[in-house]
Amino acid sequence: MRRTTSFALSLLLFTAGFAAADDASLRAGVFHPARPAPDFSLRGSDGAELKLSRYRGKVVILAFGFTSCPDVCPTTLAALAETRKKLGAQATELQVLYITVDPDTDSPERMQKYLGSFDPTFLGGTGTAEQLAAVRERYGIAATRKALGTSYTFSHSSFTYLIDRKGSLRALMPYGQSSDDYVHDVKILLAP
Amino acid sequence: MRKTRTDARGTKPRRSLWAWVFLGACALSAVFWAALAPVRAASRDQVFEIPEGTWARRMAGNKVEILPSEIRLTLGVRDILVLKNLDDVPQIFGPTLMMPGQSFRLPFRRASRYQFACTAHASGQMIIVVEPFPATPWARLRWRVQELFTARRGRSERADT
Repeated sequence: MRRTTSFALSLLLFTAGFAAADDASLRAGVFHPARPAPDFSLRGSDGAELKLSRYRGKVVILAFGFTSCPDVCPTTLAALAETRKKLGAQATELQVLYITVDPDTDSPERMQKYLGSFDPTFLGGTGTAEQLAAVRERYGIAATRKALGTSYTFSHSSFTYLIDRKGSLRALMPYGQSSDDYVHDVKILLAP
Repeated sequence: MRKTRTDARGTKPRRSLWAWVFLGACALSAVFWAALAPVRAASRDQVFEIPEGTWARRMAGNKVEILPSEIRLTLGVRDILVLKNLDDVPQIFGPTLMMPGQSFRLPFRRASRYQFACTAHASGQMIIVVEPFPATPWARLRWRVQELFTARRGRSERADT
């Protein structure tokens, strides 16, 4: 009995050691301990329900933004599209989800067209203002609508989240990181 | 009236001159050391913690500032930002939401000026300035002087709170 306990403890420490080593080598900011990524149910840009839990088994990159975003979103989405290309065959194990902060403008159709211009596999999520605010709150995302002449814009959190295959919120990639940084970290998270 | 001791020729004694020479030599040695000694740090982590009870203190109306609105880091010396939430409620800390007991470790690999949305600050922003590794004597001297000022400022801010 004591032997079994000691073996189980060693195994646990060994696994934890590996997880810590993985985390230390990530280029993104790492959460310790990782918490389960809050699930959500939104309208997907493909017309179906968008649920985070549906992507268990894949690494998910979760971004927040709006389709009229002039700089932050196009830069991030272009880096993510490049990331998928660089991943080659492993790209099928990565899912990019993009949740809008502008439900008044971003319909599922508009999001699909916008995201498709970067990568056809990217999926968008929209919903009511209350639904989206609830998701943002659970992820600590800031989004403020600002008047811009007769129009408006949003100031929003520019980082992305990296969620591992088990659905744990593992890391936060700051804005402006290169596709090589994403590839590096996604490969670590995909490793068995 | 204070009397100064003078020798027979009316000049100050040599002992005083030697003291000044010694002080000058010490100052010069310190400058040389600061410029030439390699820059090292025991840890590359720059740690900020939300202490236990912070939320309760805020709820009681106390102003609690934990993160400065601008953080300066140096590549290769202190280039890892570590945030720890030791409070018993989730907190927006720096750029992100952190659960009680959770820590966040963000390494920087490029010298640049980073802006993060941060609801904890009145400006709504937190700026992290990452400076290049101080490789030249002048850069090392500047870095050490800056460190000295930062440490002094930190001490006086802590004394104020």
